[in-house]
Amino acid sequence: MKKRKERIDRGIKARSGDIFALSSWREMLYVAGPRLLPVILFLLLPLFLSPYWQRVMISLAVFAMLAISWDMLAQSGMISLGQALFFGVGAYLSGIINHTWGIHPFITIPLATVFGGLICTLILLPVLRLRGIYFSMFTLILPLMLVRTIEATKIFGGTEGLSGMSPLPSGWLELYLIIIATLSVLFGFRRLMASDYGLVLKGIRDNDRSVTNAGINIYWFKAQALFLSSAVGAIAGAYMTHVYLFVGMPVFTLDYSIMPIASAVVGGVGSFAGAMLGATILVPLSELLRGIGGLRIVLYGLCLVIFIVAIPEGIFHYLQRKYQQVERWVDVDR
Amino acid sequence: MFAGTLVYAIVNSFTLILLAIGFNLTFGISGVANFAYGALYVMSAYLSWMMMNLIGLPFFPSAILSILATTLFGALMYRLVLLRVRGQALSEVIATFGIGLSILELFRYLGFVGFEYTLPVFFDHSFIVAGTYIDMQRIFIVVLGLLLVVSLWLFTHHTSTGLAFRGIAQDERTALTFGIDSDWIATLSVSMGAGLAAIAATIIIPLGSISPSEGYDVLIKALAVCIIGGLGSTGGVIAAGFIIGFAERFTDTYFGSHWTMIVSLIAILIVLVIKPSGLFGQQKELEERI
Repeated sequence: MKKRKERIDRGIKARSGDIFALSSWREMLYVAGPRLLPVILFLLLPLFLSPYWQRVMISLAVFAMLAISWDMLAQSGMISLGQALFFGVGAYLSGIINHTWGIHPFITIPLATVFGGLICTLILLPVLRLRGIYFSMFTLILPLMLVRTIEATKIFGGTEGLSGMSPLPSGWLELYLIIIATLSVLFGFRRLMASDYGLVLKGIRDNDRSVTNAGINIYWFKAQALFLSSAVGAIAGAYMTHVYLFVGMPVFTLDYSIMPIASAVVGGVGSFAGAMLGATILVPLSELLRGIGGLRIVLYGLCLVIFIVAIPEGIFHYLQRKYQQVERWVDVDR
Repeated sequence: MFAGTLVYAIVNSFTLILLAIGFNLTFGISGVANFAYGALYVMSAYLSWMMMNLIGLPFFPSAILSILATTLFGALMYRLVLLRVRGQALSEVIATFGIGLSILELFRYLGFVGFEYTLPVFFDHSFIVAGTYIDMQRIFIVVLGLLLVVSLWLFTHHTSTGLAFRGIAQDERTALTFGIDSDWIATLSVSMGAGLAAIAATIIIPLGSISPSEGYDVLIKALAVCIIGGLGSTGGVIAAGFIIGFAERFTDTYFGSHWTMIVSLIAILIVLVIKPSGLFGQQKELEERI
C-alpha cells in the first residue's frame, strides 16, 4: 500500500482562508480546536491555581483586554502609544462614582465603561484627522500630561488618589467576571472585524483616501472604532479599581501603555488572538521575573525591538501557519 | 518681575528649540519619528558623566567624546534596526520607542538617579540683565541655540549633503534618480539628530540633574514643539519654541509651576484642532492628515 503526505487543511479549507467545507467531526475539531482550547484553559485553570496566581490571572486578563483594545485601534490604522489613557479614565471614573456616592461596583463598572469610552473618544476626536505617527505622538503625550494635571489641580485626591472603594462580592466572581469579559471581547471583536464593518475599518488602515472615495465617512468609522477600543480599555481600568480598591496617579503610568503594545507585537498584530497570546506569555513571565525589578521594562523594550525586526508577524501568525500546514499520511488511490 | 520673566522666557524658548531641533531634523528628512530621542539625550549626558567621574577625563573632551558616541549610536540604530522596518510607520515607532525605553529603564535600574548626577557649567559666572540674575550657562544656551539654527540652515541650503537631505525629504524616488543614496542620507539624518540631542544635553543638563525621567520629559517637549510648529519645518520649530517657551515661563510666574505642562497640552490641542499640520507644516500637509 503506497502512502503519500497530505496537508490536513486541503480538504477543509477553501482558498479564501476563512471559508471551510466541513465534512466530518474530525475536521470540525480541527477548525474549532484552536478556538476552544484557550476558552477551556482560561475557564478551568483558575480552579487549580493558588490565590497568588489567581491574582496574576486577573492582571493577565486586564492586560489582555488592553492589548486587544490596542489591536483594535491598530487594525483601524491608529497606532496608540497611550493605552494608559483609556485604562486611567475608566479607573478614575468608576473610582470617583464609587467614592462619592458609594454606588455598587456592578453599576459603576458599566457606567465607567460607557462614559470612559465617550470621554476618551471626545478627547481624541480632534486628533482623528491626523495620520499614523502624528496620532501616536499625541496619544503618548496625553496620559503623561493628565498625570501632571491631576498633580497640579489636586482634583480627584491629587497625588494620594482615592481609596476605600467597595470590593466585588466574592473572589471567584471577581476572577471569572474578568476572564469571561476578556474572552467575550476577544471573540466579539474577532467576529466584528471579520464582518463588512471590520472590512471598512481595515480599509481605512490600508488606504484612507480610497475609502473616502467610496463615499464612506471615515471619521465616523474611526470615532466608532475609537469608542469600542477605549470602552474596552475603560472596563479594564474600572475593574482594576475595584480589585485594588484604590485609584490614583499610577493608573496613567507607562506600564499600562507599553505592556499592551508589547503583548500585541509579541503575539502578532491584526488578529486579537495574537494580543491575547502575547499577554498570556508576557504577564506570567513578568511575574516570574519580579525579582529583577526595573530590568523587566528593559526586557519588554528589547522584546519589542527584536520582535518587530526579526519576527514582525508575531508568534500567533507563525503558529497559525504551521498549524494549517500540518501533514498526514494518506493512502494513494489506485 | 516682568522683565525677569521675559529674559527667562527667551532662555526657555531657546532651550526648547535646542531640544526639538534634532528630533525635527531626523523626522523632516528620513521621516523616522525617533521616539528614542529623549533616551539619546539622557544617554549622552550619562556618558559624559561616566567619562568624567569614572575615567577622570576633563569636561570638554568627555563631552565631545560622548557627543560623538551618541552620533555613532544613532547611525548604528538606523543601520541595525530602522533600515529593516523602513517605511512602516507602526514598526518604526514601536522599534524606536522600545530602544528608548530600554536605555532609560536600564539607567534607572543601574541606579543613576540623584542630584550628584549632573554636568558642570561651562563658566561659573553670573550677571544682572534687566534687574534679574542670569548665569553664563543660560546665555550660552541662547547663543548656541542661535548658532545651531543658523548653521543648520546654512548646512541644508548651501552644502551638497544638506541639499541632498532636502531632496530626500521632498521626494525620495526623484532624489534617487539624481544619484543620492537615500539610505546613507537617512542614516546621516538619524545620527545627526542623535548628535544634536547630545549637544543639547551637554548645554542644558548643567542647569539641572540627569535622570531617566528627564528622557521622557525631553521627548514630550520635543514632540510638543514639533507638533505645534509643524513636523519637519525648521521655521516652525523656532516659532513653536518661542510660543511654548513664553507661555510656560509666564504661566510659571503668574500661576505656578505645576501648570506649565498643561499649557503645552492646551497649545497642542488648539493647534491640532485649527491646523492639524502645525503652524508651518504646509509642505507635507497632504501626507500628515486626511
